[in-house]
Amino acid sequence: MSEDILLLDTDVETALRAAVRSLLTERCDPAAVLTAYAGDRSLTRALWKPITTELGLAGLLIPENRGGAGGSAREAAVVLEELGRYAAPVPFLTSSVIAATVLLAGDSELIGQLATGECTAALLAPFSAATVEQIPTLTKDADGRLSGRVTSVAGALESDVLLAAVQTPAGTEVHALATAAVTAEPVVSLDMTRPLADITVDSAPGRVVVEAGAGLPALRVGLAIGAALLASEQAGIAAWCLDTTVAYLKVRRQFGRVVGGFQALKHRLADLYVELESARATARYAAGAIAAGDPDAAVATAVAAAYCGDIAVHAAEEAVQLHGGIGMTWEYPVHLYLKRAKADQIGLGSPAYHRSVLAGLIDLPLGRK
Amino acid sequence: MTNPEAVREDLRGRVAALLAEHDPAATDPVTFHRARFDAGLAWVYYPQGVGGLGVDRELQPFVDALFEQAGAPGNNPELNGIGLGMAAPTILAYGTPEQRLRYLRPLWAGEEIWCQLFSEPGAGSDLAAVSTRAVRDGDDWIVNGQKVWTSVAHKAQRAILVARTDPNRSKHAGLSYFVCDMTDPGVDVRPLRQITGEAEFNEVFLTDVRIPDANRLGQEGEGWRVANTTLNNERVSIGGRPVPRESGLLGAVTRTWRNNADKHTPELHDRLLRLWVDAEAARLAGTRLRQRVAGGQPGPETSALKLSFARINQQLSGFEVELLGEEGLRYDDWTMVRPDRVDFAGREAGYRYLRAKGNSIEGGTSEIMRNIVAERVLGLPSEARGDKDIAWKDLIR
Repeated sequence: MSEDILLLDTDVETALRAAVRSLLTERCDPAAVLTAYAGDRSLTRALWKPITTELGLAGLLIPENRGGAGGSAREAAVVLEELGRYAAPVPFLTSSVIAATVLLAGDSELIGQLATGECTAALLAPFSAATVEQIPTLTKDADGRLSGRVTSVAGALESDVLLAAVQTPAGTEVHALATAAVTAEPVVSLDMTRPLADITVDSAPGRVVVEAGAGLPALRVGLAIGAALLASEQAGIAAWCLDTTVAYLKVRRQFGRVVGGFQALKHRLADLYVELESARATARYAAGAIAAGDPDAAVATAVAAAYCGDIAVHAAEEAVQLHGGIGMTWEYPVHLYLKRAKADQIGLGSPAYHRSVLAGLIDLPLGRK
Repeated sequence: MTNPEAVREDLRGRVAALLAEHDPAATDPVTFHRARFDAGLAWVYYPQGVGGLGVDRELQPFVDALFEQAGAPGNNPELNGIGLGMAAPTILAYGTPEQRLRYLRPLWAGEEIWCQLFSEPGAGSDLAAVSTRAVRDGDDWIVNGQKVWTSVAHKAQRAILVARTDPNRSKHAGLSYFVCDMTDPGVDVRPLRQITGEAEFNEVFLTDVRIPDANRLGQEGEGWRVANTTLNNERVSIGGRPVPRESGLLGAVTRTWRNNADKHTPELHDRLLRLWVDAEAARLAGTRLRQRVAGGQPGPETSALKLSFARINQQLSGFEVELLGEEGLRYDDWTMVRPDRVDFAGREAGYRYLRAKGNSIEGGTSEIMRNIVAERVLGLPSEARGDKDIAWKDLIR
């Protein structure tokens, strides 16, 4: 536990945040995000291109010598916080964070294509998977062709390439296979801003991108960094919910008064503020610990994932309630955040799962050791 | 001297000179502290002549550490927390040159212990509603009233006092701020026995207590503003320091968990882990806030920290009693004692549970903290107030 990990933005991070926010303010209108629920995914394409090309963020976590921007988990956390604030329907978490991290363990030209944004990838696993045991493996036939089925995959619909776990006698390999070579059935998802797909692979050609010896650790690190940085997205969701609700309650009048002056509501917003400040601190600490290679990174990740998952849901549920009737409407964007928050709570391990991981890390076991 | 290293070097030299002249091992503590005060090495950020040298506040820990390394005696900071933390900065801000000279040196030296006569049975969270009266009589004021929740009043020689000097003005405008002599025969200090069985606080009854007008801090009617200086300093002295992971009540609970494996259930395990995560999140929020205000004054955001620590302490201490089961039914000691400070670590789980109930009341209730966050951090409208522009004497009480 390092007191010197900065939990605020550096100057570079402040500039990065401003750039991402400015782009999203301009091009990620909530009304446009809403179209995702009608199956219209044009906003994703319209946003992902400038994020990868103008801001150069696709390869943020990829080192410069492999074609990326050489950024750290801290900067990725800033990007995710802003993406969460806008419920932006882009595959940054699935491609630039999780898939990129898995690929870093191998030596393929794919990572270079990912870094420039010419190619987008997704891990072939249910979005709820928290451990490598929960990642289904594909079978490989005598010709090296892959088969299998994986459900509820996030980022697959936006991807050109899927990264699949393949069991071999030597261990778990990671293969890349073209999304065009598999059957991707879009799923009606709780959160259509990060839509899921069921993937059927039927004798599709794949190529090894991470060798057997390195496969399992690579998948493990990919899931861990995903969980750690998802906490920043969750903090961003909670921040939008609090800011928007406060702003609304400052203008909404009932009983001849501005509703935000009622103590019953003020106290709930104050509690939410306390939770949000804590969520931001845990999320930045996790990102900072990973960036610094701090030995506390595992504890920091478990704390952030356990804390922020529940706080984002609480903030979104409070936002719906405190907006009153308008909070229940389709036109008003708060439901986008509730759906994103609830899906994120399950994504990459539930808070209960991360608490159970924490128990082992901090020597608080259940029962006798 | 703007070069920070040069300032440190100068301070180091001054400390060495003082230590050469007054060997801490051979000098009685009061003499040592007086000398330290006179050398400007008490509060180095205070002006020259009142215990300081007018240097940057952040140099204080540096100087304190030099004295500590040399084995210098302590000036009773635990017993005199109110004097050092609250009275001194208020005297510095509002005292006349004579008042600063008269009060600050014995306060610093630990010769005079201070307490705070603020809260009353009818005015706790609504501090501006105090009804203790101070009536002018020549060069003196005659004070009558009752105060409550007064820590260390039974050991104090001096007190800071808020009293009503003009009932015809509105409640915030009719207050004045005094230094009260606790040895005055009209001051009656009675132990106030609490929920824990001990008497950590006191009730103080003031009957015809005579206070010279020269002991007034700030202008007549300016008491509310002076009191706010005291309260702001109280808040700074509460949530300021970094805390280690798994310390405080969480440390007590995790020890109990590890030592009582036979009492574990999956349900208690998940609750314990939730509490651990909550406490760690609050701790990190404190770290983040400190990084944000480094060098500056903490603002209303500190109220958020106090809110979460009160909540977590209460949940942790309640959980611990429950975890202990049969043992949790037993209490360590109901004998009335009069401690100088809260001793969470030296007492049993039942004591911690009962004492932690005060965490959401003392130093501003959690309800007031939520109002502060809502109004001053989030900018929500303030409560409708019916008592603002009415003379205090006309208020319904």
